[in-house]
Amino acid sequence: MQKLLLLGDEAIAQAAIDAGISGIYAYPGTPSTEITEYIQKSKEAAEKNIHRTWAANEKTALETAIGMSYAGKRAMASMKHVGLNVAADPFMNVAITGANGGLVIVVADDPSMHSSQNEQDSRTFGRFSMIPIFEPSNQQEAYDMTRYAFNFSEQYQIPVIVRITTRLAHSRSGVTMAKKQEENKLQMPKNLRQYVLLPAIARKQYNELIEKQVHFEEESENSIYNKFIEGSDKSMGIIASGIAYNYLMENYPDRKCPYPIIKLSQYPIPRKMIKKLYDMCDSIMVMEEGYPIIEELLRGILDDGKTIKGRLDGSLPRAGELDPNSVAKALGFKRYEGNPVPEVVKQRPPALCVGCSHIDSYNALNEAIKKYGEGRVFADIGCYTLGALPPFNAINSCVDMGASITMAKGAANAGLVPAVAVIGDSTFTHSGMTSLLDAIIDKTPITVLILDNSTTGMTGGQDSHGFGRIEDICLGLGVEREHLHIIKPLRKNHEENVALIADELAYDGVSVIIPTRECIQTLNRRMRQKFKAKAE
Amino acid sequence: MKIDIILAGVGGQGILSIATTIGYAAVNNGLYLKQAEVHGMSQRGGDVQSNLRISDEEIFSDLIPKGQADLIISVEPMEALRYLPLLSKTGWVITNDQPFNNISNYPAVDDIMGELSKLPQKIIINADQIAKDLGSPRSANMVILGAASPFLTMEYQILEDAIAAQFASKGQEVVDVNIAALKAGREYAMKNK
Repeated sequence: MQKLLLLGDEAIAQAAIDAGISGIYAYPGTPSTEITEYIQKSKEAAEKNIHRTWAANEKTALETAIGMSYAGKRAMASMKHVGLNVAADPFMNVAITGANGGLVIVVADDPSMHSSQNEQDSRTFGRFSMIPIFEPSNQQEAYDMTRYAFNFSEQYQIPVIVRITTRLAHSRSGVTMAKKQEENKLQMPKNLRQYVLLPAIARKQYNELIEKQVHFEEESENSIYNKFIEGSDKSMGIIASGIAYNYLMENYPDRKCPYPIIKLSQYPIPRKMIKKLYDMCDSIMVMEEGYPIIEELLRGILDDGKTIKGRLDGSLPRAGELDPNSVAKALGFKRYEGNPVPEVVKQRPPALCVGCSHIDSYNALNEAIKKYGEGRVFADIGCYTLGALPPFNAINSCVDMGASITMAKGAANAGLVPAVAVIGDSTFTHSGMTSLLDAIIDKTPITVLILDNSTTGMTGGQDSHGFGRIEDICLGLGVEREHLHIIKPLRKNHEENVALIADELAYDGVSVIIPTRECIQTLNRRMRQKFKAKAE
Repeated sequence: MKIDIILAGVGGQGILSIATTIGYAAVNNGLYLKQAEVHGMSQRGGDVQSNLRISDEEIFSDLIPKGQADLIISVEPMEALRYLPLLSKTGWVITNDQPFNNISNYPAVDDIMGELSKLPQKIIINADQIAKDLGSPRSANMVILGAASPFLTMEYQILEDAIAAQFASKGQEVVDVNIAALKAGREYAMKNK
């Protein structure tokens, strides 16, 4: 079989194609973006006409995937960890409806917050909704387990999670493919009330979900992805989940760990397997990439059993991703850890690109708002969040997608007038439109800057739902024509833009200003392609 | 055979093109490979690195442990220094000497060179100039790869083959100039190691 060099994300995407999906539904978000992009670029996906355009947000993405599963076809929804918060409503309820066509929800967590606001562990969501989780430890398992997950989902008529973290998502390795599967045929659920969550039906369905738990656990006990590996030194047993297993094995170059190990990659937790390890060993070490979930369960409320080591007792760091060195320390190894970074080395934080339109927007905003003092600008999630850094120091918040407008409204309601919201075009269509509607209905005095660079910039320039529509959307929501302005953020327009923003800051109602200029990255890419096409 | 490489640079400098060539060469010779990359926020002009691990045995960790990298290959001199905690006692640093200055507090170049000169095993090369002299300023990364080639524990020809395959779609001229860049970098390293 063919071997491809794939990112963990791409291995999942290829597996989804090979598993016969009919649609991938997602909103871009690091570290999950490359899953959908891979399918969008795949010739095979194009030939099969697999649905692969971006969704407005993670909620609409998951709901559409649920609809496809209802119709009997296989669907994947993929998102970053905080994206699952946006999709939490359909997510919690689809556990109750169950699935028809295979439904796999891929969630890519970002421990150490490389590109995120928090490091929440999506395995918590799996427990919360009581659905199985598959947590591959390497690229090959990412492929194999995604295939397995689709079969599992159809066998038990249940949506399932494939959970990965940044390191696997963005690390490449050789992956061997398996035999491809055809797409499912259109097929209604056998029970046409399966998805009608009226209380009487929901209660019945919920009981069925509870009854399925014993089967899920049995599957975990017998899964080829949960391995009990014997060891001679019973002073300690090790439970290593997901990619933590790699860091454990890295510390034994001859691949011979003296301790018994459970390599855990499928949930719910196989209790019998864990009991066997617990009974056999004097103490247990738990290595998890994320929250100490297994560790907490093992300790219980009273924590009065055998010694448990992990993130909670300081054996491993409480926060952040694991690495070979932190695991080495936990195992009691002393390793050479290189020379320190010389003092001459300075931080090099990410920055707005040279020529970026946000630079001109922030320069104008900073000058217009100066007379009111600091602390009035609520921003959002995207490249423009970098406006928090010098030399701009322009924004005072970045909480969640769409929060800029509603936080500005709340602050204005509290008396902070003027209050300003700064949001990008893609973030606006993701979650900002309803926020703006709230402000319009209340006629709250806020000034909203929708920075329209015609793309989803931070994740690499994906198509934005707002493209060419932002003005019409604002008018449709009820923004007053005379307080809706499109400006061109360029240095030569600086004075004019400052004056306009200053005027609107003084208006006692909702103003929307749309600085519109294409992202310099997508513009350059477009020009290169145009040049190339011309040359050919 | 086992080699752990840190590739370093600034977001946008294209360090992944070096990784792609080495990776292609490794995989086509039946070796195991893991290559952890940085995507997302840091790509906007921040410091970026890639952990490239090649071995004839299965590789577990996607990350190279501290103090274990055999090579740091950097397209920017200050970035080469950032990853010294990862370098093994016997490791080599191969770095371009041309600063990429996109921060207001970029240190004095002499201070950076002073730190680099303290390293016991290093190749410091003006890859930009060499690439320019070859008439292909965009091939600077291939010059750096060439300078690293004597340390890769891989036959040199394999790298040329990888470049030929990697740039094949862009025509023979592009292949030739990149191979010339690779050679020039290698020659410099052989003379200066």
